[in-house]
Amino acid sequence: MIRFENVGLRYGPGPEVLRDLNFGIDGHSFQFLTGPSGAGKTSLLRLLLLSLRPTRGLISMFDSDTAILSKDGRANLRRRIGMVFQDFRLLDHMTTYENVALPLRVLGKDEADYRAEVVELLQWVGLGERMAALPPVLSGGEKQRAAIARAVIARPQLLLADEPTGNVDPNLGQRLLRLFIELNKSGTAVVIATHDIALMDEYDARRLVLHEGRLHVYD
Amino acid sequence: MSMTEPVESMTEPWDGLAASPSLMRTLPAAAPIVPRNSIAGRSLTAVVAIMTFLASITTGAALMVVSAASDWQAEVGREVTIQVRPTPGRNIDADVRSAVEITRAAAGVVEVRPYTKEESARLVEPWLGAGLALDDLPIPRLIVVKLAAGARPDFASLRQVLAARVPTASLDDHRRWIDRMRTMAGTAIVAGVAVLVLVLAVTVLSVTFATRGAMAANRPIVEVLHYVGATDSFVAGQFQRHFLILGFKGGAIGGGAAIVLFGMTEAANAWLTGTAGGDQVAGLFGNLSIGVIGYLAILLQIVFMALVTAFASRHTVNRTLEAID
Repeated sequence: MIRFENVGLRYGPGPEVLRDLNFGIDGHSFQFLTGPSGAGKTSLLRLLLLSLRPTRGLISMFDSDTAILSKDGRANLRRRIGMVFQDFRLLDHMTTYENVALPLRVLGKDEADYRAEVVELLQWVGLGERMAALPPVLSGGEKQRAAIARAVIARPQLLLADEPTGNVDPNLGQRLLRLFIELNKSGTAVVIATHDIALMDEYDARRLVLHEGRLHVYD
Repeated sequence: MSMTEPVESMTEPWDGLAASPSLMRTLPAAAPIVPRNSIAGRSLTAVVAIMTFLASITTGAALMVVSAASDWQAEVGREVTIQVRPTPGRNIDADVRSAVEITRAAAGVVEVRPYTKEESARLVEPWLGAGLALDDLPIPRLIVVKLAAGARPDFASLRQVLAARVPTASLDDHRRWIDRMRTMAGTAIVAGVAVLVLVLAVTVLSVTFATRGAMAANRPIVEVLHYVGATDSFVAGQFQRHFLILGFKGGAIGGGAAIVLFGMTEAANAWLTGTAGGDQVAGLFGNLSIGVIGYLAILLQIVFMALVTAFASRHTVNRTLEAID
Protein backbone atom coordinates (compact mmCIF):
# COMPACT_ATOMS: atom_id res chain seq x y z
CA MET A 1 0.00 0.00 0.00
CA ILE A 2 2.81 2.42 0.92
CA ARG A 3 6.48 2.15 0.02
CA PHE A 4 9.42 4.37 0.98
CA GLU A 5 12.64 3.96 -1.01
CA ASN A 6 15.82 5.78 0.04
CA VAL A 7 13.76 8.61 1.45
CA GLY A 8 15.59 11.48 3.11
CA LEU A 9 14.24 14.66 4.66
CA ARG A 10 15.92 17.86 5.74
CA TYR A 11 14.42 21.18 6.80
CA GLY A 12 16.06 24.02 4.89
CA PRO A 13 19.85 23.86 4.78
CA GLY A 14 20.08 21.82 8.03
CA PRO A 15 21.18 18.19 8.41
CA GLU A 16 18.92 15.33 7.33
CA VAL A 17 16.41 14.52 10.07
CA LEU A 18 15.37 11.32 8.27
CA ARG A 19 17.89 9.26 6.30
CA ASP A 20 17.64 6.38 3.86
CA LEU A 21 14.18 5.21 4.87
CA ASN A 22 13.31 1.93 3.19
CA PHE A 23 10.13 0.30 4.37
CA GLY A 24 6.57 -0.49 3.43
CA ILE A 25 3.17 -0.47 5.09
CA ASP A 26 0.79 -3.16 3.96
CA GLY A 27 -2.96 -2.95 3.92
CA HIS A 28 -4.70 -4.17 7.11
CA SER A 29 -1.36 -4.05 9.00
CA PHE A 30 -0.76 -2.70 12.49
CA GLN A 31 2.47 -1.08 13.60
CA PHE A 32 3.92 1.13 16.26
CA LEU A 33 6.30 3.90 15.26
CA THR A 34 8.60 4.67 18.10
CA GLY A 35 11.88 6.27 19.02
CA PRO A 36 13.19 8.92 21.38
CA SER A 37 11.80 12.45 21.37
CA GLY A 38 13.12 14.39 18.39
CA ALA A 39 13.90 11.21 16.44
CA GLY A 40 11.59 12.34 13.62
CA LYS A 41 8.35 10.45 14.35
CA THR A 42 6.13 13.43 13.61
CA SER A 43 8.13 14.24 10.47
CA LEU A 44 7.66 10.68 9.23
CA LEU A 45 3.91 10.88 9.98
CA ARG A 46 3.74 14.14 8.03
CA LEU A 47 5.47 12.44 5.10
CA LEU A 48 2.88 9.66 5.33
CA LEU A 49 0.09 12.27 5.42
CA LEU A 50 1.56 13.99 2.34
CA SER A 51 1.90 17.24 4.22
CA LEU A 52 5.67 17.24 3.68
CA ARG A 53 7.69 16.45 0.59
CA PRO A 54 10.85 14.37 0.98
CA THR A 55 14.15 15.96 0.08
CA ARG A 56 15.12 12.80 -1.78
CA GLY A 57 13.90 9.31 -2.47
CA LEU A 58 10.65 7.85 -3.66
CA ILE A 59 7.37 7.57 -1.80
CA SER A 60 4.75 5.46 -3.45
CA MET A 61 1.25 5.48 -1.97
CA PHE A 62 -1.76 3.56 -3.21
CA ASP A 63 0.11 2.79 -6.45
CA SER A 64 0.93 6.46 -7.10
CA ASP A 65 4.32 8.15 -7.12
CA THR A 66 3.65 11.07 -4.78
CA ALA A 67 6.39 13.21 -6.36
CA ILE A 68 4.49 13.62 -9.60
CA LEU A 69 1.03 14.08 -8.13
CA SER A 70 -0.86 17.35 -8.63
CA LYS A 71 -2.15 19.24 -5.59
CA ASP A 72 -5.63 17.85 -6.15
CA GLY A 73 -4.13 14.40 -6.58
CA ARG A 74 -2.39 14.72 -3.21
CA ALA A 75 -5.67 15.91 -1.63
CA ASN A 76 -7.43 12.86 -3.07
CA LEU A 77 -4.79 10.52 -1.59
CA ARG A 78 -5.07 12.35 1.76
CA ARG A 79 -8.77 11.40 1.81
CA ARG A 80 -7.70 7.77 2.06
CA ILE A 81 -5.67 8.53 5.18
CA GLY A 82 -7.03 9.42 8.61
CA MET A 83 -4.85 11.35 11.02
CA VAL A 84 -5.19 11.68 14.79
CA PHE A 85 -3.13 14.66 15.92
CA GLN A 86 -1.41 14.82 19.27
CA ASP A 87 -3.16 18.14 19.94
CA PHE A 88 -6.47 16.83 18.48
CA ARG A 89 -7.00 19.84 16.15
CA LEU A 90 -10.74 19.95 16.65
CA LEU A 91 -12.41 23.16 15.43
CA ASP A 92 -13.73 25.02 18.46
CA HIS A 93 -16.69 26.64 16.67
CA MET A 94 -18.10 23.30 15.58
CA THR A 95 -19.88 20.72 17.72
CA THR A 96 -18.41 17.26 18.24
CA TYR A 97 -20.85 15.96 15.62
CA GLU A 98 -19.80 18.61 13.09
CA ASN A 99 -16.11 18.04 13.75
CA VAL A 100 -16.47 14.33 13.16
CA ALA A 101 -18.58 14.90 10.04
CA LEU A 102 -16.10 17.39 8.55
CA PRO A 103 -14.24 14.93 6.25
CA LEU A 104 -17.58 13.83 4.75
CA ARG A 105 -18.64 17.44 4.30
CA VAL A 106 -15.36 18.15 2.52
CA LEU A 107 -16.15 15.22 0.21
CA GLY A 108 -19.34 17.09 -0.76
CA LYS A 109 -21.72 14.55 0.79
CA ASP A 110 -25.20 15.59 1.79
CA GLU A 111 -25.79 15.83 5.55
CA ALA A 112 -28.93 13.73 5.34
CA ASP A 113 -26.85 10.89 3.87
CA TYR A 114 -24.16 10.82 6.55
CA ARG A 115 -26.04 11.87 9.68
CA ALA A 116 -26.91 8.33 10.83
CA GLU A 117 -23.38 7.11 10.11
CA VAL A 118 -21.76 9.89 12.15
CA VAL A 119 -24.17 9.40 15.05
CA GLU A 120 -23.48 5.66 15.00
CA LEU A 121 -19.71 6.21 15.11
CA LEU A 122 -20.04 8.75 17.92
CA GLN A 123 -22.02 6.20 19.91
CA TRP A 124 -19.38 3.58 19.19
CA VAL A 125 -16.63 5.77 20.64
CA GLY A 126 -18.86 6.68 23.57
CA LEU A 127 -19.66 10.26 22.59
CA GLY A 128 -23.35 9.69 21.88
CA GLU A 129 -24.38 12.15 24.56
CA ARG A 130 -21.71 14.71 23.67
CA MET A 131 -22.64 15.22 20.03
CA ALA A 132 -23.85 18.79 20.48
CA ALA A 133 -20.99 19.79 22.78
CA LEU A 134 -18.26 22.17 21.62
CA PRO A 135 -14.64 20.96 21.97
CA PRO A 136 -13.69 23.49 24.69
CA VAL A 137 -16.08 21.75 27.11
CA LEU A 138 -14.92 18.21 26.27
CA SER A 139 -12.45 16.36 28.53
CA GLY A 140 -9.08 15.29 27.16
CA GLY A 141 -10.28 11.74 26.64
CA GLU A 142 -13.44 12.91 24.88
CA LYS A 143 -11.42 15.16 22.60
CA GLN A 144 -9.12 12.26 21.79
CA ARG A 145 -12.05 10.01 20.91
CA ALA A 146 -13.66 12.77 18.81
CA ALA A 147 -10.35 13.19 16.97
CA ILE A 148 -10.19 9.43 16.36
CA ALA A 149 -13.81 9.40 15.14
CA ARG A 150 -13.04 12.24 12.72
CA ALA A 151 -10.01 10.34 11.45
CA VAL A 152 -11.99 7.18 10.67
CA ILE A 153 -15.40 8.52 9.61
CA ALA A 154 -14.51 8.53 5.89
CA ARG A 155 -13.32 4.89 6.22
CA PRO A 156 -9.65 5.53 5.45
CA GLN A 157 -7.34 2.73 4.35
CA LEU A 158 -4.58 4.06 6.61
CA LEU A 159 -4.92 5.53 10.09
CA LEU A 160 -2.05 7.57 11.53
CA ALA A 161 -2.04 8.51 15.21
CA ASP A 162 0.53 10.82 16.77
CA GLU A 163 1.04 10.06 20.47
CA PRO A 164 -2.67 9.21 20.93
CA THR A 165 -2.14 8.22 24.57
CA GLY A 166 0.22 11.05 25.44
CA ASN A 167 -2.39 13.15 27.19
CA VAL A 168 -4.51 10.46 28.87
CA ASP A 169 -4.17 8.22 31.91
CA PRO A 170 -2.96 4.59 31.43
CA ASN A 171 -6.48 3.18 31.74
CA LEU A 172 -7.84 5.39 29.01
CA GLY A 173 -4.68 4.70 27.00
CA GLN A 174 -5.49 0.99 27.03
CA ARG A 175 -9.06 1.65 25.95
CA LEU A 176 -7.86 3.80 23.07
CA LEU A 177 -5.42 1.06 22.03
CA ARG A 178 -8.31 -1.41 21.95
CA LEU A 179 -10.22 1.03 19.80
CA PHE A 180 -7.32 1.14 17.31
CA ILE A 181 -7.09 -2.66 17.36
CA GLU A 182 -10.81 -2.93 16.57
CA LEU A 183 -10.42 -0.46 13.72
CA ASN A 184 -7.50 -2.51 12.40
CA LYS A 185 -9.58 -5.67 12.60
CA SER A 186 -12.21 -3.96 10.50
CA GLY A 187 -9.62 -3.47 7.73
CA THR A 188 -7.78 -0.23 8.35
CA ALA A 189 -3.97 -0.22 8.40
CA VAL A 190 -2.81 1.52 11.57
CA VAL A 191 0.38 3.39 12.43
CA ILE A 192 0.62 4.61 16.04
CA ALA A 193 3.51 6.91 16.85
CA THR A 194 4.36 6.60 20.53
CA HIS A 195 7.23 6.40 22.97
CA ASP A 196 5.00 4.70 25.54
CA ILE A 197 6.75 1.33 26.02
CA ALA A 198 3.95 0.06 28.29
CA LEU A 199 1.40 0.71 25.57
CA MET A 200 3.46 -1.19 22.98
CA ASP A 201 3.85 -4.10 25.37
CA GLU A 202 0.05 -4.35 25.48
CA TYR A 203 -0.16 -5.54 21.90
CA ASP A 204 2.18 -7.65 19.86
CA ALA A 205 2.64 -5.70 16.65
CA ARG A 206 5.30 -4.68 14.18
CA ARG A 207 7.59 -1.94 15.46
CA LEU A 208 9.20 0.78 13.39
CA VAL A 209 11.96 2.30 15.49
CA LEU A 210 13.51 5.62 14.53
CA HIS A 211 16.97 6.29 15.83
CA GLU A 212 19.19 9.17 14.73
CA GLY A 213 17.13 9.64 11.59
CA ARG A 214 17.30 6.00 10.51
CA LEU A 215 14.46 3.50 10.68
CA HIS A 216 14.81 -0.03 12.06
CA VAL A 217 11.94 -2.38 11.43
CA TYR A 218 11.13 -5.21 13.88
CA ASP A 219 8.46 -7.47 12.41
CA MET B 1 -15.77 -1.74 8.86
CA SER B 2 -18.50 -2.53 11.26
CA MET B 3 -19.34 0.12 13.74
CA THR B 4 -22.70 -1.16 14.78
CA GLU B 5 -21.47 -2.98 17.89
CA PRO B 6 -19.60 -1.24 20.67
CA VAL B 7 -16.14 -2.67 21.31
CA GLU B 8 -16.74 -5.78 23.39
CA SER B 9 -14.05 -5.35 25.93
CA MET B 10 -14.88 -1.78 26.61
CA THR B 11 -16.70 -0.93 29.75
CA GLU B 12 -17.99 2.42 30.81
CA PRO B 13 -17.88 5.25 29.91
CA TRP B 14 -18.23 4.02 26.34
CA ASP B 15 -20.82 1.31 26.91
CA GLY B 16 -24.45 1.88 27.56
CA LEU B 17 -24.40 5.35 26.05
CA ALA B 18 -26.63 5.76 23.08
CA ALA B 19 -27.72 8.85 21.30
CA SER B 20 -31.32 9.47 22.12
CA PRO B 21 -33.58 9.71 19.07
CA SER B 22 -34.66 13.16 20.19
CA LEU B 23 -31.04 14.36 20.30
CA MET B 24 -30.46 13.01 16.82
CA ARG B 25 -33.49 14.84 15.53
CA THR B 26 -32.55 18.09 17.22
CA LEU B 27 -28.98 18.27 16.01
CA PRO B 28 -28.46 21.88 15.01
CA ALA B 29 -28.01 22.84 11.39
CA ALA B 30 -24.39 22.45 10.32
CA ALA B 31 -22.25 25.36 11.43
CA PRO B 32 -20.42 27.19 8.66
CA ILE B 33 -16.89 25.89 8.13
CA VAL B 34 -15.58 29.43 8.59
CA PRO B 35 -17.08 30.92 11.79
CA ARG B 36 -19.37 33.85 11.02
CA ASN B 37 -19.12 35.97 14.14
CA SER B 38 -15.50 36.18 15.12
CA ILE B 39 -13.89 39.25 16.69
CA ALA B 40 -11.43 39.42 13.81
CA GLY B 41 -14.34 39.31 11.36
CA ARG B 42 -16.14 42.15 13.11
CA SER B 43 -12.96 44.23 13.18
CA LEU B 44 -12.49 43.61 9.47
CA THR B 45 -16.08 44.71 8.75
CA ALA B 46 -15.42 47.91 10.72
CA VAL B 47 -12.18 48.61 8.82
CA VAL B 48 -13.88 48.02 5.46
CA ALA B 49 -16.84 50.21 6.50
CA ILE B 50 -14.64 53.11 7.61
CA MET B 51 -12.33 52.93 4.61
CA THR B 52 -15.25 52.66 2.14
CA PHE B 53 -16.86 55.67 3.81
CA LEU B 54 -13.67 57.73 3.48
CA ALA B 55 -13.12 56.61 -0.12
CA SER B 56 -16.75 57.43 -0.98
CA ILE B 57 -16.51 60.88 0.60
CA THR B 58 -13.30 61.52 -1.32
CA THR B 59 -14.89 60.32 -4.55
CA GLY B 60 -17.90 62.59 -4.01
CA ALA B 61 -15.70 65.56 -3.13
CA ALA B 62 -13.47 64.99 -6.16
CA LEU B 63 -16.53 64.76 -8.41
CA MET B 64 -17.90 68.00 -6.92
CA VAL B 65 -14.60 69.79 -7.51
CA VAL B 66 -14.47 68.57 -11.11
CA SER B 67 -18.09 69.57 -11.67
CA ALA B 68 -17.71 73.00 -10.02
CA ALA B 69 -14.51 73.73 -11.95
CA SER B 70 -16.21 72.84 -15.23
CA ASP B 71 -19.20 75.03 -14.31
CA TRP B 72 -16.95 78.02 -13.57
CA GLN B 73 -15.20 77.63 -16.90
CA ALA B 74 -18.43 77.27 -18.81
CA GLU B 75 -20.09 80.25 -17.10
CA VAL B 76 -17.17 82.63 -17.56
CA GLY B 77 -16.51 81.43 -21.07
CA ARG B 78 -20.09 82.21 -22.12
CA GLU B 79 -19.81 85.90 -21.40
CA VAL B 80 -17.80 88.71 -23.06
CA THR B 81 -17.82 92.43 -22.28
CA ILE B 82 -17.62 95.47 -24.52
CA GLN B 83 -16.47 98.67 -22.96
CA VAL B 84 -17.34 101.98 -24.63
CA ARG B 85 -15.20 104.86 -23.40
CA PRO B 86 -16.50 108.42 -23.35
CA THR B 87 -14.50 110.58 -25.73
CA PRO B 88 -14.94 114.27 -26.29
CA GLY B 89 -16.76 114.97 -29.53
CA ARG B 90 -18.57 111.67 -29.66
CA ASN B 91 -22.02 110.72 -28.43
CA ILE B 92 -21.51 107.80 -26.07
CA ASP B 93 -25.18 106.73 -26.25
CA ALA B 94 -24.97 106.54 -30.05
CA ASP B 95 -21.71 104.60 -29.79
CA VAL B 96 -23.31 102.15 -27.36
CA ARG B 97 -26.28 101.63 -29.70
CA SER B 98 -23.97 101.03 -32.65
CA ALA B 99 -21.87 98.58 -30.68
CA VAL B 100 -25.02 96.74 -29.58
CA GLU B 101 -26.28 96.48 -33.18
CA ILE B 102 -22.95 95.22 -34.46
CA THR B 103 -22.65 92.68 -31.69
CA ARG B 104 -26.22 91.42 -32.07
CA ALA B 105 -25.48 90.67 -35.71
CA ALA B 106 -22.52 88.46 -34.78
CA ALA B 107 -22.97 84.70 -34.88
CA GLY B 108 -23.30 82.82 -31.57
CA VAL B 109 -24.59 85.79 -29.60
CA VAL B 110 -27.82 85.16 -27.69
CA GLU B 111 -28.15 88.29 -25.59
CA VAL B 112 -26.67 91.77 -25.63
CA ARG B 113 -27.41 93.96 -22.65
CA PRO B 114 -25.96 97.46 -22.46
CA TYR B 115 -25.65 98.88 -18.97
CA THR B 116 -27.55 102.17 -18.64
CA LYS B 117 -25.82 105.27 -17.39
CA GLU B 118 -27.31 104.69 -13.95
CA GLU B 119 -26.18 101.05 -13.85
CA SER B 120 -22.68 102.05 -14.91
CA ALA B 121 -22.66 104.71 -12.23
CA ARG B 122 -23.66 102.13 -9.64
CA LEU B 123 -20.64 100.05 -10.63
CA VAL B 124 -18.27 102.81 -9.53
CA GLU B 125 -20.34 103.74 -6.48
CA PRO B 126 -18.31 101.52 -4.09
CA TRP B 127 -15.19 103.54 -4.93
CA LEU B 128 -16.59 107.05 -5.46
CA GLY B 129 -19.57 107.02 -3.16
CA ALA B 130 -23.19 107.94 -3.86
CA GLY B 131 -24.67 111.32 -4.70
CA LEU B 132 -21.90 112.55 -6.97
CA ALA B 133 -22.65 114.42 -10.16
CA LEU B 134 -21.55 111.61 -12.41
CA ASP B 135 -22.42 113.51 -15.60
CA ASP B 136 -19.13 115.32 -15.26
CA LEU B 137 -17.11 112.14 -14.92
CA PRO B 138 -15.96 110.14 -17.94
CA ILE B 139 -17.47 106.84 -16.87
CA PRO B 140 -17.22 104.13 -19.51
CA ARG B 141 -20.31 102.09 -20.38
CA LEU B 142 -20.41 98.37 -20.40
CA ILE B 143 -22.24 96.02 -22.72
CA VAL B 144 -22.59 92.44 -21.46
CA VAL B 145 -22.77 89.90 -24.26
CA LYS B 146 -24.03 86.36 -23.58
CA LEU B 147 -22.92 83.64 -25.97
CA ALA B 148 -24.71 80.46 -26.92
CA ALA B 149 -23.44 77.33 -25.16
CA GLY B 150 -20.46 75.97 -27.02
CA ALA B 151 -20.39 78.91 -29.48
CA ARG B 152 -17.01 80.21 -30.60
CA PRO B 153 -17.79 83.60 -32.21
CA ASP B 154 -15.18 85.18 -34.46
CA PHE B 155 -13.90 87.74 -31.96
CA ALA B 156 -11.16 88.98 -34.33
CA SER B 157 -13.56 90.13 -37.02
CA LEU B 158 -15.98 91.52 -34.41
CA ARG B 159 -13.11 93.55 -32.99
CA GLN B 160 -12.25 94.82 -36.48
CA VAL B 161 -15.82 95.92 -37.23
CA LEU B 162 -16.14 97.58 -33.82
CA ALA B 163 -12.81 99.37 -34.30
CA ALA B 164 -13.93 100.67 -37.68
CA ARG B 165 -17.41 101.84 -36.67
CA VAL B 166 -17.11 102.52 -32.94
CA PRO B 167 -13.45 103.31 -32.28
CA THR B 168 -14.15 104.00 -28.61
CA ALA B 169 -15.35 100.43 -28.02
CA SER B 170 -13.04 97.63 -26.88
CA LEU B 171 -14.00 93.99 -26.57
CA ASP B 172 -12.80 91.88 -23.67
CA ASP B 173 -13.37 88.17 -24.15
CA HIS B 174 -11.91 87.41 -20.66
CA ARG B 175 -9.28 85.22 -22.30
CA ARG B 176 -6.63 85.82 -19.66
CA TRP B 177 -9.12 85.27 -16.86
CA ILE B 178 -10.47 82.11 -18.49
CA ASP B 179 -6.97 80.78 -19.03
CA ARG B 180 -6.17 81.32 -15.38
CA MET B 181 -9.48 79.78 -14.38
CA ARG B 182 -8.79 76.82 -16.63
CA THR B 183 -5.38 76.32 -15.05
CA MET B 184 -6.87 76.59 -11.57
CA ALA B 185 -9.72 74.22 -12.40
CA GLY B 186 -7.28 71.79 -14.00
CA THR B 187 -5.12 71.89 -10.88
CA ALA B 188 -8.18 71.30 -8.70
CA ILE B 189 -9.20 68.32 -10.86
CA VAL B 190 -5.71 66.80 -10.83
CA ALA B 191 -5.46 67.33 -7.05
CA GLY B 192 -8.91 65.78 -6.52
CA VAL B 193 -8.10 62.74 -8.65
CA ALA B 194 -4.67 62.37 -6.98
CA VAL B 195 -6.23 62.44 -3.50
CA LEU B 196 -8.85 59.95 -4.66
CA VAL B 197 -6.21 57.59 -6.05
CA LEU B 198 -4.22 57.84 -2.80
CA VAL B 199 -7.28 57.21 -0.65
CA LEU B 200 -8.27 54.23 -2.81
CA ALA B 201 -4.72 52.84 -2.57
CA VAL B 202 -4.72 53.25 1.22
CA THR B 203 -8.17 51.64 1.34
CA VAL B 204 -7.08 48.63 -0.70
CA LEU B 205 -3.92 48.22 1.40
CA SER B 206 -5.64 48.56 4.76
CA VAL B 207 -8.46 46.21 3.74
CA THR B 208 -5.89 43.71 2.47
CA PHE B 209 -3.90 43.83 5.72
CA ALA B 210 -7.04 43.69 7.86
CA THR B 211 -8.16 40.63 5.86
CA ARG B 212 -4.79 38.99 6.41
CA GLY B 213 -5.08 39.74 10.12
CA ALA B 214 -8.54 38.18 10.25
CA MET B 215 -7.25 35.21 8.28
CA ALA B 216 -4.43 34.59 10.75
CA ALA B 217 -7.04 33.62 13.33
CA ASN B 218 -8.42 31.09 10.85
CA ARG B 219 -5.15 29.32 10.11
CA PRO B 220 -6.08 26.23 12.20
CA ILE B 221 -9.23 25.84 10.08
CA VAL B 222 -7.19 25.97 6.87
CA GLU B 223 -4.81 23.34 8.26
CA VAL B 224 -7.54 20.97 9.42
CA LEU B 225 -9.40 21.23 6.12
CA HIS B 226 -6.14 20.53 4.31
CA TYR B 227 -5.38 17.47 6.45
CA VAL B 228 -8.84 15.95 6.05
CA GLY B 229 -8.40 15.99 2.29
CA ALA B 230 -9.98 19.23 1.13
CA THR B 231 -8.67 20.49 -2.20
CA ASP B 232 -7.07 23.92 -2.26
CA SER B 233 -9.96 25.31 -4.30
CA PHE B 234 -12.48 24.01 -1.72
CA VAL B 235 -10.59 25.68 1.15
CA ALA B 236 -10.07 28.93 -0.78
CA GLY B 237 -13.73 28.91 -1.86
CA GLN B 238 -14.98 28.62 1.72
CA PHE B 239 -12.93 31.60 2.86
CA GLN B 240 -13.52 33.64 -0.27
CA ARG B 241 -17.29 33.33 0.12
CA HIS B 242 -17.14 34.23 3.81
CA PHE B 243 -14.88 37.23 3.29
CA LEU B 244 -16.84 38.43 0.25
CA ILE B 245 -19.90 38.67 2.53
CA LEU B 246 -17.87 40.40 5.27
CA GLY B 247 -16.41 42.86 2.76
CA PHE B 248 -19.80 43.52 1.21
CA LYS B 249 -21.32 44.11 4.63
CA GLY B 250 -18.58 46.57 5.58
CA GLY B 251 -18.70 48.26 2.18
CA ALA B 252 -22.48 48.60 2.34
CA ILE B 253 -22.30 50.20 5.81
CA GLY B 254 -19.56 52.68 4.80
CA GLY B 255 -20.87 53.39 1.31
CA GLY B 256 -24.45 53.58 2.59
CA ALA B 257 -23.43 56.16 5.21
CA ALA B 258 -21.70 58.21 2.49
CA ILE B 259 -24.81 58.01 0.26
CA VAL B 260 -26.99 59.19 3.16
CA LEU B 261 -24.56 62.05 3.87
CA PHE B 262 -24.49 63.22 0.24
CA GLY B 263 -28.29 62.88 0.05
CA MET B 264 -28.69 65.05 3.14
CA THR B 265 -26.22 67.63 1.78
CA GLU B 266 -28.16 67.78 -1.45
CA ALA B 267 -31.46 68.17 0.40
CA ALA B 268 -30.01 70.91 2.62
CA ASN B 269 -28.64 72.66 -0.44
CA ALA B 270 -32.03 72.55 -2.15
CA TRP B 271 -33.64 73.89 1.02
CA LEU B 272 -31.15 76.78 1.24
CA THR B 273 -31.45 77.73 -2.43
CA GLY B 274 -32.54 81.36 -2.73
CA THR B 275 -31.01 82.41 0.57
CA ALA B 276 -27.89 84.56 0.54
CA GLY B 277 -25.72 81.89 2.12
CA GLY B 278 -27.12 79.19 -0.13
CA ASP B 279 -26.40 81.24 -3.23
CA GLN B 280 -22.81 81.87 -2.12
CA VAL B 281 -22.24 78.19 -1.49
CA ALA B 282 -23.83 77.36 -4.86
CA GLY B 283 -21.63 79.95 -6.57
CA LEU B 284 -18.51 78.42 -5.07
CA PHE B 285 -19.25 74.72 -5.09
CA GLY B 286 -21.97 74.37 -7.72
CA ASN B 287 -25.15 72.61 -6.63
CA LEU B 288 -23.40 70.34 -4.07
CA SER B 289 -24.66 67.23 -5.82
CA ILE B 290 -22.52 64.29 -6.81
CA GLY B 291 -25.11 63.31 -9.41
CA VAL B 292 -26.09 59.86 -10.60
CA ILE B 293 -22.48 59.13 -11.58
CA GLY B 294 -21.36 59.88 -8.02
CA TYR B 295 -23.89 57.52 -6.48
CA LEU B 296 -23.02 54.83 -9.03
CA ALA B 297 -19.33 55.32 -8.20
CA ILE B 298 -20.07 54.73 -4.51
CA LEU B 299 -22.08 51.59 -5.29
CA LEU B 300 -19.19 50.44 -7.45
CA GLN B 301 -16.79 51.05 -4.58
CA ILE B 302 -18.92 48.89 -2.26
CA VAL B 303 -18.67 46.01 -4.75
CA PHE B 304 -14.96 46.75 -5.26
CA MET B 305 -14.25 46.60 -1.51
CA ALA B 306 -16.07 43.26 -1.22
CA LEU B 307 -14.00 41.89 -4.13
CA VAL B 308 -10.73 43.20 -2.62
CA THR B 309 -11.58 41.50 0.70
CA ALA B 310 -12.48 38.23 -1.01
CA PHE B 311 -9.38 38.29 -3.20
CA ALA B 312 -7.11 39.09 -0.24
CA SER B 313 -8.57 36.16 1.73
CA ARG B 314 -8.10 33.78 -1.21
CA HIS B 315 -4.52 34.97 -1.66
CA THR B 316 -3.81 34.46 2.06
CA VAL B 317 -5.38 30.98 2.05
CA ASN B 318 -3.28 30.00 -0.93
CA ARG B 319 -0.12 31.27 0.78
CA THR B 320 -1.04 29.38 3.95
CA LEU B 321 -1.62 26.20 1.96
CA GLU B 322 1.71 26.68 0.17
CA ALA B 323 3.38 26.96 3.57
CA ILE B 324 1.65 23.81 4.91
CA ASP B 325 2.34 21.67 1.87
